[in-house]
Amino acid sequence: MRRRHHALLLGAMATVGSAACHRRAQADLTLAGSTSMQPFAEAWADAYGAEHPGLTVHVQGGGSTAGVQAALSGAAQIGMASRALTPEEAARTTSVVVARDGIAVIVHAGSPVSDLTLDEVRGIYAGEIVSWRAVGGRPTPITLITREEGSGTRAAFEALVMRGRRLAPRALVQDSTGAVRQMVASDPAAIGYVALGIVDGSVKALRLGGVRASEAAIDAGRYPLVRPFLFVLAGTAGTAVTRDFVAWIRGEAGQAVIRRDGLLPPGA
Amino acid sequence: MNAIMRLPDRVLENALRLLALSSIAVLAAITLFVFREGAPLIWRVGLGNFLGADWHPTAGRYGIALMLVGSAAVTGGALVIGVPLGLASSVVLAELAPPLARRVLKPTIEILAGIPSVVYGFMGIVVVLPWIRRHLGGPGASGLAAAVILGVMILPTIVSISLDAIEAVPRAYREGSLAMGATEWQTIRRVVLPAARSGIVAAVILGMGRAVGETMAVVMVAGNAVQLPRSPLDPLRTLTANLALEMGYAAGDHRAALFATAMVLFTIVVALNGLAGLARRRPTRRSGGASGSTKTAVSP
Repeated sequence: MRRRHHALLLGAMATVGSAACHRRAQADLTLAGSTSMQPFAEAWADAYGAEHPGLTVHVQGGGSTAGVQAALSGAAQIGMASRALTPEEAARTTSVVVARDGIAVIVHAGSPVSDLTLDEVRGIYAGEIVSWRAVGGRPTPITLITREEGSGTRAAFEALVMRGRRLAPRALVQDSTGAVRQMVASDPAAIGYVALGIVDGSVKALRLGGVRASEAAIDAGRYPLVRPFLFVLAGTAGTAVTRDFVAWIRGEAGQAVIRRDGLLPPGA
Repeated sequence: MNAIMRLPDRVLENALRLLALSSIAVLAAITLFVFREGAPLIWRVGLGNFLGADWHPTAGRYGIALMLVGSAAVTGGALVIGVPLGLASSVVLAELAPPLARRVLKPTIEILAGIPSVVYGFMGIVVVLPWIRRHLGGPGASGLAAAVILGVMILPTIVSISLDAIEAVPRAYREGSLAMGATEWQTIRRVVLPAARSGIVAAVILGMGRAVGETMAVVMVAGNAVQLPRSPLDPLRTLTANLALEMGYAAGDHRAALFATAMVLFTIVVALNGLAGLARRRPTRRSGGASGSTKTAVSP
């Protein structure tokens, strides 16, 4: 028994020791800002850190506005913003598009509706249009599916589609892109929105005002539901470390990470 | 002998004492943490806001009333389904089933407790939701779906505790009743069940606590819309679902509001556990109650 006690003690000491070592690692690069970008930034940080031993990339949340502030104040070398910068922010910083997030409005694969205007989508989600019949479908009530409060996709949808209107409280809330797609795939009366990259054959992505949700339409600037993921640097140049990191992300390895999770590359 | 010889014993004894205290320390730490994070928000935004019906955390509205209604509705529904089923099962197992059937059925019901809740939720999505949508209407994801799933999930709790209570009723009671000419059913209804009442009440309360605290399966099937459910087919959101859904990205006051939600949930579950303990400790007039029953706690 006493020996077991020693083993426990040793184990505890080893844990404390390794934690202390961990803390001593240098903080070489810190990213802060948009929580929508945080999961991707963490994946980038892991992959980049694996290729560059001795360099640790720290990722913090806080939101887009806080990210720009962090870059300006020097609290982080790179700020992350998942929205276009205000003119004032843009004047004091340099920004690089590292990815784009396209949002598709999806319905059941068998739905007769395949084209809505942005106003119709807003009316549906605000709770004014309650039957599919009003937009050329069957006379069934529309089942709204949305993401939870705090979700980046929801924030983007609210900014790009709702424009200040509040989502109808009766909307079903699912806590992941996959769950939204699953609900829409199984309910002929459902409508949902997800990252463009994860749309598959189980659901139908609606055309918006006649424009198909596709990378080509987004590149041409015709599809409306898209937002940039920006890295924001204070001043103009950035350090050698940040430049290399940004170049790596815009390169093949970094873009593989965003493709895997349904984002689009920065484009031209 | 002497103090040196007894030293190992003393060390062991104190180590065990420390371990026993550590579980209390963990509970105290959780309580402290949840209340420290959550209580200031209620103070800041006011009780009216916090208990209001408007949950819109990104706009500063933190009302949890609709989630309280959701939790109550789903729990009530689960009891309506789970209690009759569970009680009937334990009566059959204790009084009517032949020993062989009993040896098979009891472990089977207990296995229900070991199935991960995400599996229940998945079954709900694949089986229950489409069935409700097709035969009863509505979006499928609803309070009814959650109640059905929870009704099954609380079965093992209700069966195992009420079964213990029924078995603890002295054999002489049954024999006396039968000897006086009562039928088997009259004996069960008039003698055995009343004698086991305190244990059965405890079983129902613990089942209730289990239903209030269940999260994953509910998030998957309840639809999670923050609204007043007007029919069992309407989607609703429970307190637990609110935490699970929004904790991921929440920051600042939104996060604090979720801790305040957790505080309410925590209080409800602790109160239910306390009630169950009281119900079980009170001796039943005639039999001395189900003092031998297993202690089962509610996991939030």
